[in-house]
Amino acid sequence: MQQSRTDILKAYRQMRMIRDFEERLHIENRSGEIAGFTHLYAGQEAIAVGICEHLTDRDYISSTHRGHGHCIAKGCDPRLMMHEIYGRADGLCKGRGGSMHIADIDKGMLGANGIVGGGPPIAVGAALVCQARGDGSVAVSFGGGGSSNQGTVFEAMNMAVVLKLPKIFVFELNGYSEHTGEGYGIGSDLVGRTRGFGLPVFEADGFDYFSVHQAMADALEHVRAGKGPCALIAEATRYFGHFEGDPQNYRAKDEVKTLRETQDALLRFRRKVTEAKLIEAAELDAIDAEIAAFIEDCVASARKAPAPGVEIMLSDVYADY
Amino acid sequence: MTVKTMREALNEALFQEMRRDPGVIVIGEDVSGGAGGSSGSRDAAGGIFGVTKGLMGEFGDKRVIDTPISESAIIGLANGAALAGMRPVAELMFADFVGVAMDQIYNQMAKFRYMFGGKAKAPIVVRMSMGAGMNAAAQHSQTIYSMLSAVPGLKVVVPSNPADAKGMLAAAIRDDDPVIFLEHKALYSSKGEVPDGEYVAPLHGASLVQSGKDATVVTLGRMVSFAAKAAAKLAGDGITVDLIDLRSTSPIDEEMILESLSLTGRLVVVDESNPVCSIASEIAAIAAEKGFASLRAPVVRVTAPHTPVPFARELERMYVPGPDRIEAAIRKAVKGE
Repeated sequence: MQQSRTDILKAYRQMRMIRDFEERLHIENRSGEIAGFTHLYAGQEAIAVGICEHLTDRDYISSTHRGHGHCIAKGCDPRLMMHEIYGRADGLCKGRGGSMHIADIDKGMLGANGIVGGGPPIAVGAALVCQARGDGSVAVSFGGGGSSNQGTVFEAMNMAVVLKLPKIFVFELNGYSEHTGEGYGIGSDLVGRTRGFGLPVFEADGFDYFSVHQAMADALEHVRAGKGPCALIAEATRYFGHFEGDPQNYRAKDEVKTLRETQDALLRFRRKVTEAKLIEAAELDAIDAEIAAFIEDCVASARKAPAPGVEIMLSDVYADY
Repeated sequence: MTVKTMREALNEALFQEMRRDPGVIVIGEDVSGGAGGSSGSRDAAGGIFGVTKGLMGEFGDKRVIDTPISESAIIGLANGAALAGMRPVAELMFADFVGVAMDQIYNQMAKFRYMFGGKAKAPIVVRMSMGAGMNAAAQHSQTIYSMLSAVPGLKVVVPSNPADAKGMLAAAIRDDDPVIFLEHKALYSSKGEVPDGEYVAPLHGASLVQSGKDATVVTLGRMVSFAAKAAAKLAGDGITVDLIDLRSTSPIDEEMILESLSLTGRLVVVDESNPVCSIASEIAAIAAEKGFASLRAPVVRVTAPHTPVPFARELERMYVPGPDRIEAAIRKAVKGE
C-alpha cells in the first residue's frame, strides 16, 4: 500500500513517541517515583502503529496490561498518559487507573486491561456498534500469546463470526506469556487454530511497520467488504520484562541485545525509508530530537502536577457518586 | 522456631505437604516459570511472588504444573483432579483473576459435595495473592474474602503472619473441602517466628493477639498489624483492647468474638474489604443478633470505601484503613467521640 511522505513521517513519529515514552518509564521506574506495576511495550511499536495508522476516532480498540503503545498509537495524549502513570489528578484517568487502565473513549480507546483476555469480548461489543452504524468503522482487539489461550477470547472470536462483525483480532506474539515461553503455552499452531474459528488470518512481520501496515490494509478490506471478522498475527519481542523489576531469568542474556541490533522496528524503518530515498535521515533526526524534548517535558510536568484528593477517590463509582 | 518471611513459610508448607503426600500437586501460571523460554531455566519464577520457588527441582513437572494463562481451565484442572483423587493446590496469581474462573469456583467446586449427595469430595486449595499496598490498581488489589465467604461449600482463610501461613497452608492442603487461601501481597516479606519441621496449625478458629478491657477489635490479614499499632498508641492513654485475628472468614469464630464482647461491651471491626455485604457487616450482624445484651455502644466498622481500589499512592493510602483511622474508631467506640 502506497503511503505519502506525510504518512510515513507521522508513523515514524508515533513509533518514536512510544519508544521514548517506554524507555523513559524504564528509567523512571528504577528511581522509585512511579508506583504500581508497569508493563512496557518497547520492541513492539511497529504493530500498534502499523495497525492504528489505519484507524480514526470512530474506530475502537481494546488493549492489554501492556497498553501504552496502543494508547499512543490510537491518539491518547502522551502527556496526560504520563501524568496518569505518575498518579496525578490531571492524568488521563484522574490518577485512579494508572499504567494498566489507561483509556480514552473519545479516541476510541476502550482501555488497557489488567485481565488477560478481558479486552477482546469488549471489542466485539464495540464492533456491534460499528456494524449498526454501517460507516465502515471497525473494532480491533490487541492481545498477546497469553490471551490467545483464554476462553474469553475463544468465545469472543466465535461470537464475532456468528454475528459477522467488523472486528479484527490482533495477536502480538512477543515470545512470552508473562514468564513462560509462548511456545509452551500455545499448544497448537495459532494461525491454524484461529482459522478453525472461521477467521481468515493476515500475518505480518511485527518488527516491520510496512509489513504490519499492509496486513492491516488487507484485514480492513476483508472486514469492510462485510465478510465478517478476521485476525492479524504478528511476531515481535518485548525489550523489557513482563513488568518493570522482572529479573527475566527465563530469557537468554543476549536475546534482546541481538534482536535490538538486528530487528529493531525503528532502525529497520529508518533504513528502509532512507535507502529508498523517501525521507532524509535529517528529517528523522529532527523528529527524534523533538520527541526527546517532549518526553522530558512530560515527565517534568507530571512531577509537578497535583496529587488526587479524596473527592477523586469517592466519585465516579456511579453516575451520581 | 526460626524467623522467616511469610513467603518462605508458605514455601516450606508446600515442600512439607508435597513430600508427605504424593497426591499433592501444584498448578498455575508461572508456578515454576521459564518453560519454552530462551534461557532454558525451568524454575525461572517460582510464582510471581516466589512462593513456589524450588518445587520444580524436587518434584518435577508432573507435580508442579505450569499452565497457560487460562484461569478457568486452571481451576477446572484442580476440580477434576480432586474429584479423581488428588489434592491440587491451584494458584491464581492475583485474587482478582477469580473473575475469569468464577464458574469453576462458585458453581462447581463449592457445590460438588452437596449436589452429589455427599459422595464427592473436593480437597482443593486455591491460593491467591490479594490486597492493596502495591499501587496495583483496581484489578490487582482487591480483597475478595467477603464475596467468596458468602458461598456455601467454600472455606476461606486469611493468614496474618508467617507461622499461620505455614501451619494453615498445611492444614488447608490436608482438609477435605475446597479452601480459598488468601495471601496478602503486602505481607509476603513480613517476618515472624515460624516453627521448624513439620507444622500444621488449626485451619479455622480466631486467635487472640492481645487482650484488654475496653473494646473488642476484630480484624484480619494485613489489618492485624495495623490494629496492633493503633492498640499500642491507645495503651499509652490507658485504653486497652482485645485484638482478635479472625484467621478464617468461613467459618467465622463467633464464639471468641461473642465471649470477648461480653467482657468489653464494645466492638470495632477492621476490614480492608469494601463495606457492603462484607465480613465487617457479617460480624456486626453476629454482634447484633447474638451479642446485643453485651453491647454498650454502637458497633464501629473501619473498612475501605465502597469504591474500586484506586491507583495513585495518595488515593490508595486513603483507601486502605490505616493505623490512624483504626485508632480514631476505637476511641469513638470507647469514648463516644
